[in-house]
Amino acid sequence: MSKGILRLENACKIYHMGRQDVKALAGVSISFRSGSFWAIMGPSGSGKSTAMNILGCLDRLSSGRYILEGRDVSALDDDTLSDLRLKRLGFIFQSFNLIPQLTVQRNIEMPLYYLGWEVTRSTSRARELAEKVGLESRLNHRPAELSGGEMQRVAIARALANDPQILLADEPTGNLDTVTGNQIMGLLLDLNQQGKTVIMVTHEPDIAAFAGQRLYMRDGAIERIEGETGETI
Amino acid sequence: MLGIENLLLHKLRSFLTMLGIVFGVGSVIAMLSVGEGASKDALEQIRKLGSENIIITSVKTMDEGTGTTTPNFLRIYGLTYEDHARITGTFKTVKQTAPAKLIRKEARLKERAMELRVVGTTPEWFDLVKRPVIAGRVIVPSDEDNQSPVAVLTEFGARKLLAAENTIGQALRIGGDYFEVIGIVKSESSETGSIQIPDQEIDVYIPLNLARIYFGDTIFRMVSGSFERERVELHQIIVRIEGTKNVESTALAIEEMLKRFHKKKDYALYVPLTLLRQAEATKRTFNIVLGSIACISLLVGGIGIMNIMLATVTERIREIGIRRAIGAKRKQIISQFLIETLVLSIAGGIIGIGMGILIPLLITCFAGMPTVITPGSIMLSLIISIGIGVIFGLYPAVRAANVDPIVALRHE
Repeated sequence: MSKGILRLENACKIYHMGRQDVKALAGVSISFRSGSFWAIMGPSGSGKSTAMNILGCLDRLSSGRYILEGRDVSALDDDTLSDLRLKRLGFIFQSFNLIPQLTVQRNIEMPLYYLGWEVTRSTSRARELAEKVGLESRLNHRPAELSGGEMQRVAIARALANDPQILLADEPTGNLDTVTGNQIMGLLLDLNQQGKTVIMVTHEPDIAAFAGQRLYMRDGAIERIEGETGETI
Repeated sequence: MLGIENLLLHKLRSFLTMLGIVFGVGSVIAMLSVGEGASKDALEQIRKLGSENIIITSVKTMDEGTGTTTPNFLRIYGLTYEDHARITGTFKTVKQTAPAKLIRKEARLKERAMELRVVGTTPEWFDLVKRPVIAGRVIVPSDEDNQSPVAVLTEFGARKLLAAENTIGQALRIGGDYFEVIGIVKSESSETGSIQIPDQEIDVYIPLNLARIYFGDTIFRMVSGSFERERVELHQIIVRIEGTKNVESTALAIEEMLKRFHKKKDYALYVPLTLLRQAEATKRTFNIVLGSIACISLLVGGIGIMNIMLATVTERIREIGIRRAIGAKRKQIISQFLIETLVLSIAGGIIGIGMGILIPLLITCFAGMPTVITPGSIMLSLIISIGIGVIFGLYPAVRAANVDPIVALRHE
């Protein structure tokens, strides 16, 4: 067994839809190595979103184990999971998910607020991150005044605020044109090269091509794995 | 970062949301201040009578079978010298008594002549009905013993006779007799006529024993062409009781005693303490009624806030999802929404307090009604608005915290 930073062991997720039980994940076992860049692909209903929610500590497994940075988190309570999201993970969403009434500055600062940082410290941290994604001139704008690519860069800056080892991106280019999408992917590649583990859900093969490894899912199970160091158990 | 920004973003909505609290708090303070103002005068006047005093007055009774048409009919009623002596001598709890005999007499000071209300009394009167002495002195026991013909003017009387400080020592003719003016005392005027103040209709005091000797107990009066004769010994007795707790029991005992010696009920007892208690009880009832009405409006205001907050939670479900995904704990979401509600309700409360202070001022200014804003009612309103924020904010906040982040993020 490899020493993956994220590890699913026989992970099952069952949704009760009326009388029917839907198996969104049917015994998935996979390990994501630290510093790798994964693309999870598959048609809708294949279980990739569910896998993402599990990996992102937003949801809990029905059975099986999820080991995050060496710790079994499958049976933790809501508060502890919130804490893991806050300290260990960074999220990037398809629809950016910025808070419309807050400025770029405040959006980037949000995780730091929940981490309890001092205002002056988090202000300079937000400025630093905005520079990193090339948005230092937009700090006092509201999301509505930004383009899609800019919004996604704000979201990336926010995801980096807590300096996580793991970035989870759910269709990060889904709402962007090709050029902007490629810019965002470039940013994610840079981050990967700086040592972050990136796991991305996408259904676009062009985008998936940026990733080192590709996991194809179908009907809640792993169909195949492509890429140089793909490992399964 | 928390609620305030969102509230500022929707200024009109925030304002409309807090309006219920504004009016609720405003009406609590305004109503209580009007109630307080209305009862303050009454309580003040009762207090002036003295809570340790009992005031007994003579009451004219209507005899059956005899009307005013009967000429030369002598009507005898009222308190007697014996009553006075008995009250003074019988009860241990009675500290002091002051009898008063009221006579209307033609009086003259230098060139000014008019009918004055003359009261024959004892030196104790000036202890029981304490008024500042403007000039000279009041009647003392030696005046009584020596039967000195002295007179003390009240402020009213002095004004009528155009008397001033230099009047002291001059002669005042009452009826056919001369009295030396020895002092002027202040008068207490009452604005509302509901409560009798012992000295409100008195112009001049003379020693009781002289009043008896000079003017007797029978009063003649011309009533529509015929004479009416009345025989009244004393018009009023003020009794000072030792200790407030004995006032009511002694009043009952005095009444029992008077009942035994009077065939008719030609006297009346006023116990300021009882009146005070009644007035306070009335005030309490008044406050409770007004307070309940105001509380209903506060309740409505609170429900209004809760309603808007619930709508806000639905509207901002995505924001909640984002915050939760980023790592906000349930209790942090609860406190965010609770703070928003609290800010609304406290801000509403503060504006309401402003309104609650303004309204009574306007009432006093335009309607002339007395109002009193008590710090207590302001504190109460502030506490209530905080309470409303917590009570009506908690449910929406808990709803917000229980939102499933996955569902919330998918929400459009």
